[in-house]
Amino acid sequence: MTRTPDILALKTRHDAEHLAQGFDALLAEAHQLTASISHGAHGRRRSGAGEEFWQYRMAVETDAVRDIDWRRSARSDDHFVRQHEWQNTQSVHLWVDRGASMLFRSQETLPMKAQRAAVLGLAIGILLAKGGEKVGLTDLDDPPRQGLAQVEKMAVALAHTFPDHEFSTPARKEMKQGQKAVYISDFLGEWDEIFESLSYAANQNVNGYLVQILDSVEEDFPFRGRTVLFSMNEGHKFETLRAQSLRDEYREKLAERKAALQQLSQKTGWRYICHQTGEPASIPLIWLYQALGGHT
Amino acid sequence: MSGINFLSPMLLWALLLLPVLWWLLRAVPPAPIRAKFPGILLLLGLKDKETTPDRTPWWLLALRILALAAAIIGFAGPVLNPTDTQGSAKNLVILMDASWASADNWRKRQAKLTEVLRSADQDNRPTVMFKMSDRPQSLVRPNFVAPKVYLQQVNGLTPSPWRPDFASWISYLSAQDTDFDTVWFSDGLDTPERSDLHNTLQSKGRVSVYEDENPVVALNPPHVKDGNMMATVQRSWANAALDVSANAIGPDPNGVSQTLGSATVQFSPGETQAELVFDMPSELRNRVKSVVLAGQRSAGTVVVTGDTVQRRKVALISAADQQEAADLMSDVFYLRKALVPTAEVIETDLKTTLLANPDVMIFVDVGKLSETETRDVTKWVANGGLLVRFAGPRLAASQIGLQAEHPLLPVRLRAGGRSIGGAMSWGAPKKLRDFVEGTTFHGLKIPDEVTINSQVVAQPDPNLAKRVVATLQDGTPLVTQKSAGNGRVVLFHVTANAEWSNLPLSGLFVQMLERLAVSTAGNLEDIQDLGGLIWKPEEMIDAFGIIRDVSDRSGVEGTVLASRALSADLPPGVYSNAGRKAALNVLAKDDILVKANWPTGAIVLSLEKSAQRFLKPYFIIMALGLMLLDIFASLWLSGKLSRRFAGQVAVIALALTFTHPNQSVAQSDDALSNLINNTVLGYVKTGNTKVDKTAHAGLLGLSAELFRRTSVEPITPVGVDIEQDELSIFPFLYWPISDHQTSPSDSAVDKLNRFLRSGGMILFDTRDAHLSSGISGGTPNGRMLQKIAARLEIPPLEPVPDDHVLTRSFYLLQEFPGRHAGSSVWIEAAPADATKIEGTPFRNLNDGVTPVVIGGNDWASAWAIDKNGRYMYPVGRGQAGDQQREYAQRFGVNLIMYVLTGNYKSDQVHIPALLDRLGQ
Repeated sequence: MTRTPDILALKTRHDAEHLAQGFDALLAEAHQLTASISHGAHGRRRSGAGEEFWQYRMAVETDAVRDIDWRRSARSDDHFVRQHEWQNTQSVHLWVDRGASMLFRSQETLPMKAQRAAVLGLAIGILLAKGGEKVGLTDLDDPPRQGLAQVEKMAVALAHTFPDHEFSTPARKEMKQGQKAVYISDFLGEWDEIFESLSYAANQNVNGYLVQILDSVEEDFPFRGRTVLFSMNEGHKFETLRAQSLRDEYREKLAERKAALQQLSQKTGWRYICHQTGEPASIPLIWLYQALGGHT
Repeated sequence: MSGINFLSPMLLWALLLLPVLWWLLRAVPPAPIRAKFPGILLLLGLKDKETTPDRTPWWLLALRILALAAAIIGFAGPVLNPTDTQGSAKNLVILMDASWASADNWRKRQAKLTEVLRSADQDNRPTVMFKMSDRPQSLVRPNFVAPKVYLQQVNGLTPSPWRPDFASWISYLSAQDTDFDTVWFSDGLDTPERSDLHNTLQSKGRVSVYEDENPVVALNPPHVKDGNMMATVQRSWANAALDVSANAIGPDPNGVSQTLGSATVQFSPGETQAELVFDMPSELRNRVKSVVLAGQRSAGTVVVTGDTVQRRKVALISAADQQEAADLMSDVFYLRKALVPTAEVIETDLKTTLLANPDVMIFVDVGKLSETETRDVTKWVANGGLLVRFAGPRLAASQIGLQAEHPLLPVRLRAGGRSIGGAMSWGAPKKLRDFVEGTTFHGLKIPDEVTINSQVVAQPDPNLAKRVVATLQDGTPLVTQKSAGNGRVVLFHVTANAEWSNLPLSGLFVQMLERLAVSTAGNLEDIQDLGGLIWKPEEMIDAFGIIRDVSDRSGVEGTVLASRALSADLPPGVYSNAGRKAALNVLAKDDILVKANWPTGAIVLSLEKSAQRFLKPYFIIMALGLMLLDIFASLWLSGKLSRRFAGQVAVIALALTFTHPNQSVAQSDDALSNLINNTVLGYVKTGNTKVDKTAHAGLLGLSAELFRRTSVEPITPVGVDIEQDELSIFPFLYWPISDHQTSPSDSAVDKLNRFLRSGGMILFDTRDAHLSSGISGGTPNGRMLQKIAARLEIPPLEPVPDDHVLTRSFYLLQEFPGRHAGSSVWIEAAPADATKIEGTPFRNLNDGVTPVVIGGNDWASAWAIDKNGRYMYPVGRGQAGDQQREYAQRFGVNLIMYVLTGNYKSDQVHIPALLDRLGQ
């Protein structure tokens, strides 16, 4: 018997524990975040399949006889049909950017963008799961599922980052019409790729929500003097002799990027928010929760 | 020479690069900030609008330029007040005159020598050092070695009390075929061969001479003039006015050396000689053994007197008092002539004379004395008096000593006398036979014209042969002598006037009187008959002017002594022969000090130390400091100096600030007065906290034991910083040696030496008796001790002998354990001539208390108590250990008692009691 299997087993377990740790922490953080938001069953404010009474309406020819509410009809000459509120579950697809560009923070006191994104994603997942909706990750093969068990699964997946990918683009996944997709990323990668991926989702007629997470440094560009900037994996390098002179231009570019995202959302009826890691995570969470709930 | 010089000035051209560097540093952008930035894709494609890069701030540039400039200047080797050390790679010969004239500022010379050797070491010059007061070993070629070798010897180098033999050095050095540069430490006195030697050396290479800027001061031997003792002080050349005072030193009636008189004189500016006049009564003057210039330490400022100033009291007793004869016919005329210049002559009656207690009595033709007088004179002779008798008609007529030997005559006499060569007698006047070897007069030359006409004749007798000192050619005794008690009786068988012989007319007569120590002339040049005698050195003067009794040196031929050529074989001092003492001083009576006269072109440099300072380390340190500052400034500029690093910067800054910490505790005024008013034990702070703590606790324990057991009531012990603190307030210092000990500075060494000289005691404890037995260089602590002790004035040592006071100053002890036991403890060696008093087990040791006690038994650990009074360290095992600690404490008590009471217990008074206790 060689020792290799043992060592391998050990390593696997070690990794798993490591993984679990990250995922526990994520989950705990997400739970903590959601605790502040009260939630309940949310009717669709439309008639449809459901338990709750919605309205009586005049029966039309196409209505089946068994649908007629005879007790109501008896009170008048017409036939009425009792409609229930539509209470279907929504499916929400989450895409949380875990690429290298997200593994950045400018100060020790700030969370990494990826962490903020994961916490945000998980938190909204928890809220949705508690509301009975189906949630899932676009980069997982499984379709969205109900229940907190699914959230845990997501947490495990979110604890796993991809530091090898310099910039990751939103994963493409077949989605059904009317499903919702939440994209949490810094959207600092190649615009064309981002645009294509998002367009792909938009073309499937899903409702999209874009959460852009930025670090304060990315927002401010505080560099001065001779500066060499690297991408996270040092795949890209940019050198300037007077960084301060580029600040305005950079901020302009960033504003352009933001405007492009905004424009994309407007075109497709999606919604977009920009969030800085320096701000509390509850702000985008509440925004997202309300947006997903349909209240604006 | 002053100003700044550079060892490698070529490097300074690099300074020209600084402006270029300024331009370059301005042109080249500062080191980029490197950062990760996810938003980089947005930047790609952006162009710098301004082409001028961001500038390094001017002050940072200035800082860097300054740092670089400091480094360049530093490496160029700046020297403040440079001496002539041109970087030369030639072999170096260092010549030290090392004579007595160098002794007064020997320290300065040693410091300078160290400096010279250091710089030679820096230049890697093979070096050889010669002490020219030693003779050259003509067969041995100079062995050029690394200067480091000599650096170790500098402290052990001592001058000699004589001048170098330049002639032999010239021949030795000119015989060398290699070239060399020379550094010559001259003693500042002229010698005829000096310029020859200088020329010889110059033919070999560069010669630089170091000479003191002050004249050499020396003392001529004193002489007596008009009843006063006078001595001439000289200086080698005249500078400003100078007050000198001199002390005449000799034994007081108890035999203890004391200052018997002193004199002061001032050199006026421009004067090289001054006369010291000692006004002192002749009784005191006769005791003077040496004259010492105060405040100087060289053999030249000390003169031993021998018999020079001792004017013997010589009583001339002549029977023919009121004879009105012509002077030339007088009995005593020739004697008086011979004696008056060198002796104090008393001429009065016998009774009065005896009261004056003269050294010598001369009976000139004295016949019979009364019973009482005979008895008195006999007694006087027995007490050490010298009775010289001259024959004459009266003696011949007195009929004494015919039948039996008279106590005041050396031989029996025959009745009547004999006349030779007279008108009525046979034969020619007799001449003297050559003096036989081994007799008093051996070596004196007998002039041809001395003839004897009449004499009294000795009765042949078994004793006669050995009592004869001089005979006539026919063998008839002319001078006879015998010992009586401590004194002598000498009889000249002729008269003291020219009546019976013409001996008194000759020079021989005076010499004979000298030989008999009737008249004395201590100066060598006045002693005319040195030859043929062996002179035994009694006292020697070393180069520093310290007079030592010597007993182990062999005698010196009179002819050698007469040459007065001081050398290792003939050191200055007092030489004695048969009661006569000849003083051989560095300067003879008429010697004159002459300033060394260097040929023109000779490079003569000062000995002053402060002259040369190598500034290189300061510049390099400055450069490094600036660079360090630059690092922090750059970090700060690039925003990398976060708060975390700020802490480290603060730590470094603090570390730099507090390199010179605490002032010493011992020395605030209040504390000082407290220390002075009490007995306090001190320990030397070694810098090793643990050792210091133990020393403190140890002395605390010892103080407590002293308090408990004795009437010594010390206060809390005090740690002493030997660099700063005043030592004189401590009777006793405990010095634990640790290998962390830094070597004391020169001033500290001086202070320690003063402490040791003025009666302080240091207990050195190497604390490593478990590692080695005795004090040796075998352990790190032992080596450290040797290093320290080498610079202190520590006398010769010996292990504590069984009869030392230390063994009985309070407790009776035979060993001195501390935490370790068994290793021997060393103290100042007893003088070799300390003798045992009959019937007691103790020798009669000298007065001094040993200045050092050296051992390795780690006493402090055995004594150490904590603040609750508990012992801090275990000693031994079980009961034996308790006993060992008890002995350690007893040793401590004994030691402190010894320090405080000196050799009180050595006093013979205590011996009966001690014997009683010892059961003997």
